Amino acid sequence: MKIDSRQREGVTILEPKGKVTIGVGDVALRNAVHEAVAGGSKKILIDLSGVTTIDSSGIGELVAAFTTVTNRGGKLKLLHLPPKVQDIMQVTQLITVFEVFDDEDEALASF
Amino acid sequence: MVEAAAPPPGDLLFHLAIGSRFENVEIVQIVLNDALERLGVEADTRHWIDLAVREAVANAIKHGNRGDPDKRVEVCMCRDGEEVVVRIEDEGTGFDPRDVVDPLAPENLLRPDGRGIFYIEKFMDGVEWGVRPGGGTVVTLRKRVAEAAPGAAGPAGAGEPPRTDPGTEERTR
Repeated sequence: MKIDSRQREGVTILEPKGKVTIGVGDVALRNAVHEAVAGGSKKILIDLSGVTTIDSSGIGELVAAFTTVTNRGGKLKLLHLPPKVQDIMQVTQLITVFEVFDDEDEALASF
Repeated sequence: MVEAAAPPPGDLLFHLAIGSRFENVEIVQIVLNDALERLGVEADTRHWIDLAVREAVANAIKHGNRGDPDKRVEVCMCRDGEEVVVRIEDEGTGFDPRDVVDPLAPENLLRPDGRGIFYIEKFMDGVEWGVRPGGGTVVTLRKRVAEAAPGAAGPAGAGEPPRTDPGTEERTR
């Protein structure tokens, strides 16, 4: 699992690629979010288009990241949910928690 | 020595015994997908079975065997008529699925944990929890499968998404 990070219009965009699953990508995602927050970012957009598999641990990391950023007065939003990730978030009603976008420009404008 | 439970019904497709390390979940995934592909199970159904088995094996490692690498998790799969049956056993102290919280309750929605069993029950057609002879938990997962159309390039057959009716009995761990 690899996570690219870039800045655009004051927003930190994280791009995890591959599996976000227990013992594989969950810790990497946590570290990437903590690194962004520690670096002063209050606007974080996670682009999930490269995620091939996510499990309950990966979903848990997304929720934990959302709570961490929100508690610090920031905003964390999601971009490009693959259909199966969307299904998983839908069944646990997390789709109502996160702001989700299909278009990067639109997501950036929303912060 | 923990006594293994009786084999599941039907034709045995594989039987693995792994040490309690999360990286071993990937080994199960490879063997499971190979077996499902050989059965001709279409891609969407393979994905949901894989996810449910991942959750069950991760639970067995984390909550059952408490991450003790000397304790084993056993995974076997068989074909039983139109269903595949996957059984996961650990060497832990057992657990009561009634003890787990409802991840859909408003107060639990932002918990980082507690969705594993919910996903297992959502993605499979049948889930049974039991006690392994000698101690430990046995979970048996069932999924009705359709074979992929011959020569199909992608998903075909019963590529059913997870059921969206949460019902009242789902629990998580």
